Amino acid sequence: MFGTTLSLALRSIRRHLLRSFLTILGIVIGVGAVVTMVTLGKATTAAVQQSISALGTNILQVRPGQGFGRGGGGPRPPDFKPEDVEAIANQIAGVTAVAPQAQATATAIYEGANWSTTINGTTSAYFQVQPWPLAAGRIFSPVEEAAGKAVCIIGNTVRTNLFRGGDAVGLRMRIGAISCDVVGVLSARGQAGFGGDQDDVVIMPIKAVQRRFTGSRDIRLMLVGVDQKFSTATVQASITDLLRERRTITAGKEDDFNIFDTKQISDTLTGTTTRLTGIVAAVAGISLVVGGIGIMNIMLVSVTERTREIGIRLAIGAVAREVLMQFLVEAIALSCLGGVIGLVIAQLAIAIIAPLIKVQWIFVPEINIFAFVISAVIGVVFGYFPARRAAAMNPIDALRHE
Amino acid sequence: MGAVASNDPLISLRGVTKTYGQGATMFQALKGVDLDIAAGDFVAVMGPSGSGKSTTMNILGCLDVPTDGTFLFRGYHVETLDRDQRALLRRKYLGFVFQGFNLLSRTSALENVELPLLYRGDEKRARRDAAMASLDTVGLADWWDHTPAELSGGQQQRVAIARALVTSPDVLLADEPTGNLDSERSVEIMQLLTRLNAEKNITVLMVTHEPDMAAFARTVVHFKDGLVERIESQHRQGERVES
Repeated sequence: MFGTTLSLALRSIRRHLLRSFLTILGIVIGVGAVVTMVTLGKATTAAVQQSISALGTNILQVRPGQGFGRGGGGPRPPDFKPEDVEAIANQIAGVTAVAPQAQATATAIYEGANWSTTINGTTSAYFQVQPWPLAAGRIFSPVEEAAGKAVCIIGNTVRTNLFRGGDAVGLRMRIGAISCDVVGVLSARGQAGFGGDQDDVVIMPIKAVQRRFTGSRDIRLMLVGVDQKFSTATVQASITDLLRERRTITAGKEDDFNIFDTKQISDTLTGTTTRLTGIVAAVAGISLVVGGIGIMNIMLVSVTERTREIGIRLAIGAVAREVLMQFLVEAIALSCLGGVIGLVIAQLAIAIIAPLIKVQWIFVPEINIFAFVISAVIGVVFGYFPARRAAAMNPIDALRHE
Repeated sequence: MGAVASNDPLISLRGVTKTYGQGATMFQALKGVDLDIAAGDFVAVMGPSGSGKSTTMNILGCLDVPTDGTFLFRGYHVETLDRDQRALLRRKYLGFVFQGFNLLSRTSALENVELPLLYRGDEKRARRDAAMASLDTVGLADWWDHTPAELSGGQQQRVAIARALVTSPDVLLADEPTGNLDSERSVEIMQLLTRLNAEKNITVLMVTHEPDMAAFARTVVHFKDGLVERIESQHRQGERVES
């Protein structure tokens, strides 16, 4: 019985190829849009998470000042001192390492090539706080660090531009007014999530940078690594208390420093992209429903147009249920077909769009299955009404229909 | 059900009335028709439009039910059956041929003929064989893969007859089967129906306006004003015998 109904429905679809195609166009677009949008949304979320984890998770960034965009007026709050770094590292539970940073900009020169880059003065703690493996060489030793020796670890961009991508370890380059030995090369990290090339950097012992470039012991930024077992919020509160005490901020006054939790930002951004994906999917979902209404419209027209055919079938001895099933199965077969075509188009669209918006191509099985099931359900829901109308026809009137 | 005794009529209408509409617009199409049709007969139904012949054919074809009266067919009281039960009767025992051929467009002759077998649930192979045999009976076996648009009117009507025949029905109901054909094609169709009636012992009920076509029948039923006016028995194409 079902095989017969299905073959009847498929014959009818084959007989009216153009009409069938127009009928399913809405479903094709709807399914295609939903799958494309949700997949790209997920890919974007993954990309955001990835670029944030490149900044390092479980890291607190501590800066003087009151955070973004609230600088104006009053004296500039003081920078941190090396003693602050020591205090945070030694007195607060859950802190794995504290890396101070002092930055300067200078031009690096090697043989004929020169390259303007950022010089980042820090300690070996920098490599404990965040995982950033070396591509070659080593990090600076405690002795070099304590002495503030002119040794440097270069980023991949600097290596490319200054050493033409060749092996740089052991070579000596000029940077600003000093010369320094390249002891290590960092592995490439690529673009940061917030713009800027993370690989365009030269890392040197902080004492060297302070002495030769910034000319003070001031520290503009501390990276605090937090043990996985501790919540960043708790550690953040402890650091706040400690720094308020050290900077003698009286109760009731606002902090003159800010602590930036990358995990918080990661959660916020992930939440935002997930929510945006939801909204876009909902809009695409509406087009799926519109596609369903399209199926119903054309099926209704088709039932009217095929009144005579229905009359023939009834006269030949089709019972009402068989006519109903034929039209219902036809609607379901059409919408499922539309669903499958939509899925294929979605994969193509994703393959084309993903590189354009710089996200990874991914396949999300759940959304594909979900969209297909929805298209089948749409076939049942919007096919039922026209099918019932066909089945209720009177054979005599149907045969006389012009 | 039981076998139909040879002297019992295959079809028997008693006091059949049919009323359309209600109140002021009420129209009585049939006013008490009594009619017996024997198995194997070839009956032409004639009469002016509005005389009730189409209504009678619809009832005989189990497409419609009488408002009052009884319709006995193969031991079934058809007037008591519901829509789907009548559909099953049509599927099993009746074949239809229409004035306008009523083939499915964009569908090959073979698929058109297969259609009733599809509803009967025959296997693909059996369907194909039976449909080809039926097309062969009407002389169109070579045209099996042609769509109605590629066939002449006479050929289309022969495909329609093949479709009606394919289930080996007891009764073939033909509603002005030659109405859309020229006289030469019409004669061919009538000869085909006569042959089927004689060789396969199929009872043929045919509505026609044309005396030339009615001349092929063995019995001619004349309708007038919702009643059977008279019934003639005749030898094929000649010698009329008033009953």
